Amino acid sequence: MYTIVQQRPDSIYDLFERKDGDQHVTHYCPGCGHGVIHKMIAECLDDLGVQDRTILVSPVGCSVFAYYYFDVGNVQAPHGRAPAVATGIKRSRPGSIVLSYQGDGDLAAIGGNEILHAANRGEDITVFFVNNAIYGMTGGQMAPTSLLGQKTTTSPFGRTLQNEGYPMRVCELLAALEAPVYLERTAIFDSKNNMRTRKAIRKAIQNQIDGLGFSLVEILSPCPTIWKMTPQDARKWLNENMIPYYKPGVYRDKTAPPTKSIVTLQAASGSSSAASEAGQTPATKVPADNAVEPSSPPPAPSRRTARKEVPLVEVPSLLGIRATERPGETSGSAALLGNYNERSRFFDSTVSPAPPRSEAGFFPSTVPEKYQNPQIKIAGFGGQGVLLLGEVLAESGMLSGYRVSWLPSYGPEMRGGTAHCHVRLSQHEIGSPLVSRPTILLSLNKPSLLKFLPEATPGALIIYNSSLIDEPPVRDDIETVPLSATEIAEKIGSPKVANMVMIGGLMARTHLLSKETVFAAIDALVKNQALIELNRRAIEAGMQAVLELEAVLQS
Amino acid sequence: MSKELIKGNEAIVKAAILAGCRAYFGYPITPASEIAEAAAYYFPTVGGTFLQAESEVASINMIYGASSAGLRCMTGSSGPGISLMQEGISYLAGSELPCVIADIMRGGPGLGNIGPEQGDYNQMVKGGGHGNYHNIVLAPNSAQEMCDLTILAFELADKYRNPAVVLADGYIGQMMEPVDFPETAQEAPVKDWAARGDAATRKNVITSIYLSHEALEQHELRLAEKYRRIRESEVRYEAYQVSDAEIVLVGYGIVSRVLKSAVDMARHYGIRAGLFRPITLFPFPTQQLAEISMSTERFLTVELSDGQLVDDVRLAISRRHPCDFYSRMGGCVPSTEEVFDVIRSTISHPAECNEAMAVPMGLHAV
Amino acid sequence: MPNPARGKIEIAQDECKGCAVCTDACPPKVIQLSTTLNVQGYHPAQYLGDGCTGCGICFYVCPEPGAITVYKWQDEEVQPKQHRAA
Repeated sequence: MYTIVQQRPDSIYDLFERKDGDQHVTHYCPGCGHGVIHKMIAECLDDLGVQDRTILVSPVGCSVFAYYYFDVGNVQAPHGRAPAVATGIKRSRPGSIVLSYQGDGDLAAIGGNEILHAANRGEDITVFFVNNAIYGMTGGQMAPTSLLGQKTTTSPFGRTLQNEGYPMRVCELLAALEAPVYLERTAIFDSKNNMRTRKAIRKAIQNQIDGLGFSLVEILSPCPTIWKMTPQDARKWLNENMIPYYKPGVYRDKTAPPTKSIVTLQAASGSSSAASEAGQTPATKVPADNAVEPSSPPPAPSRRTARKEVPLVEVPSLLGIRATERPGETSGSAALLGNYNERSRFFDSTVSPAPPRSEAGFFPSTVPEKYQNPQIKIAGFGGQGVLLLGEVLAESGMLSGYRVSWLPSYGPEMRGGTAHCHVRLSQHEIGSPLVSRPTILLSLNKPSLLKFLPEATPGALIIYNSSLIDEPPVRDDIETVPLSATEIAEKIGSPKVANMVMIGGLMARTHLLSKETVFAAIDALVKNQALIELNRRAIEAGMQAVLELEAVLQS
Repeated sequence: MSKELIKGNEAIVKAAILAGCRAYFGYPITPASEIAEAAAYYFPTVGGTFLQAESEVASINMIYGASSAGLRCMTGSSGPGISLMQEGISYLAGSELPCVIADIMRGGPGLGNIGPEQGDYNQMVKGGGHGNYHNIVLAPNSAQEMCDLTILAFELADKYRNPAVVLADGYIGQMMEPVDFPETAQEAPVKDWAARGDAATRKNVITSIYLSHEALEQHELRLAEKYRRIRESEVRYEAYQVSDAEIVLVGYGIVSRVLKSAVDMARHYGIRAGLFRPITLFPFPTQQLAEISMSTERFLTVELSDGQLVDDVRLAISRRHPCDFYSRMGGCVPSTEEVFDVIRSTISHPAECNEAMAVPMGLHAV
Repeated sequence: MPNPARGKIEIAQDECKGCAVCTDACPPKVIQLSTTLNVQGYHPAQYLGDGCTGCGICFYVCPEPGAITVYKWQDEEVQPKQHRAA
């Protein structure tokens, strides 16, 4: 009896219902290579048992409609971006089999960067690169792989070295990268080469099933219509013109188990190949021609895409979010979320009312009225800890129950030059966080004092680092406090804590912040235990210095 | 209260994770880099994916892939990077893929500078990529709202299968303020339309190509209907002291904070000023502004761009009243006192008509 | 009764685009283009009816995924490959 040995693969639809016109046949021209390659890929997906897990990324080009045919998950990508789209899919669904199917314009021209970097990362994807040396879908324009002398609609006199340069050899280019595990170039033009293509396709997909890393098969493919040849002549032309320049062969194969010497070499150079990375799932099986055994799920994702599972309840604490203690409330998580949604003004409301301007806190009676609701500007050299100074004020202000904001100057200033930041502590909701007219100016160097002194409001408090500022600020409507912050800091152990000395001075003068809240703020912001201790001593020294100064002035 | 003093940029990342986002693809750029940096730390910590892509072009296409695969995913950037993403955003909109894009605006055009500006308004609110589409655009004005609106952005993106943008300026991104985060993390929804690489979704296709003219027209009409529903249901704004206002200031982001202080200052000096702050830029609160224009005759739009927001304000109040316009750019942000001076000047110099006021007042006119 | 051919093929006449790649590739040369036109307006390939070895080469050179089905003669009844259409 006769039994079927080859027929339309299951992973190809019986009827192409997404297609307009005749739904029994592809939209490809007679003699086109795409249909052959589609068939071989689909047959392989059947044989390896991965149809359900497969997501095919189709490009822009003739194969943009690959989703008409493949009975797998389909994602159509922007021109050239298929490797990036495939990366997004594979990283999101590590158990899926992600295939990127691209032509020469898509992959080698507009998508040159995406393929290079996906290959370099060693993404666990399989790329089928169909090279027909021409732009087919758009009607015969030059491709990066068009041959020298080849006439196209945009190289009507033939491609020249002078104008367009050499045709791009993608396998050779990618073979310069360390990460790809498998690169092979094959061709579609006769039965021998077609069967080599079939074998390469199977290996490239098997590699992904085994979690080995990045595989790419470049397939030289005839385009009879655009080449303006019969299917037979197109195959002959491919053989005689493309094959000599684009030599078929294996350009990379790291799928065999690494030998000892390779492992040693890689360990010495501090890097590991994708093949040895995949050591958890060694690729001992190299499929023989026409005899690929079905591989059974579940997949063995490589280390690269393996992710840890984190229970949802642990997420807030991993983000450093502390649960609020609300006495008398049930500790159910739904209750807490509901609470947030009540606080958030934006959920399920088309119109958000203005928030009530509630009094958030109040300043202790020890704080003179002129220092309440301060608008603070802090300025100095980059590297003097100006931003941290502001952060400590804002953090401790928050811990004191005030409304606070901290706004930095950002960017190149952080790497030298001047830095400044704006801090507001308020009992009201803070409107503008910008401090354009400071009521308190902390100045750590001379240029910043000269720059910001004119901005200070009448009656403003100016605390300046007299170690670096030899002339006191000249304005008769302000209050000035000299503080030799850098010298005091050096005595304690490091000039770097001059910023904390300034905080101490501010605390002693204004009583805006208590020592407890400032110390707690330092604990929250400074990670190094030794530095925390140093900072605390600097703050106490700054307080002491200002108290002594006041005593002298009063006596 | 368990509040955390945190930068707006970092608050976005924590909020995204709490909203069930588990994939971040991005490329660093000042003043948005803290988003990528925080994502690089927190996403792997919670079992998610962080990948620094080779470009913004690749980032947005990785988002296209992750969203196709059914994950809640996000990226972040600033003007120059957002320009590069526009192609991908058009595809996301065309394929109806939800995602969240944070744009921390800096100065432009070209390389511009890293100071705060609002010059990406048009490219985010009006489209920016090719074709007929809209992003949902949310404009926070505090670190707390960077959290709240990021969570809302994920909700709206999934509800409408559409890209949602958190549009903030450099100051809102860089500023630290106390933030009250939700204390429980959400489970991301399961998306049956996605290509998840399983038997249940094998028949799904994600695409934006509709070859036949009629089919594409139908697709676009469906999108238009979706945008109509968004306009109808998702407007959010803040109105402050507008009921008796003789002049209403309009602004978003960091500007709205300055405007609120300016309103208080104006009221202190006896000028009945109010503030209207669009929180959703698309959908724009057109109807609400129109209603206010029934009782208020003077409007002043302040923005860190050269007349982008003001176009929408003028459309909203139609020709009933003129709308004055004050702009600072290049990273300059007006002070409260500066805006107060503009308010006084506006009140004392009646505006001519819409056309005449199309010339920005800028620094010269004040 | 003579021994049957080792294989046979079926070509879906309406799916064939007449590119003739299979007629070239077939080792025993038992495929030819028809003189008649199919619904698409092509001269489809036809199996001559005898001499097929079931080698499958035509299947792997044919650009249409479903146009050709290849059969092989089995002396004993064997379990056919799990297949929806089998």
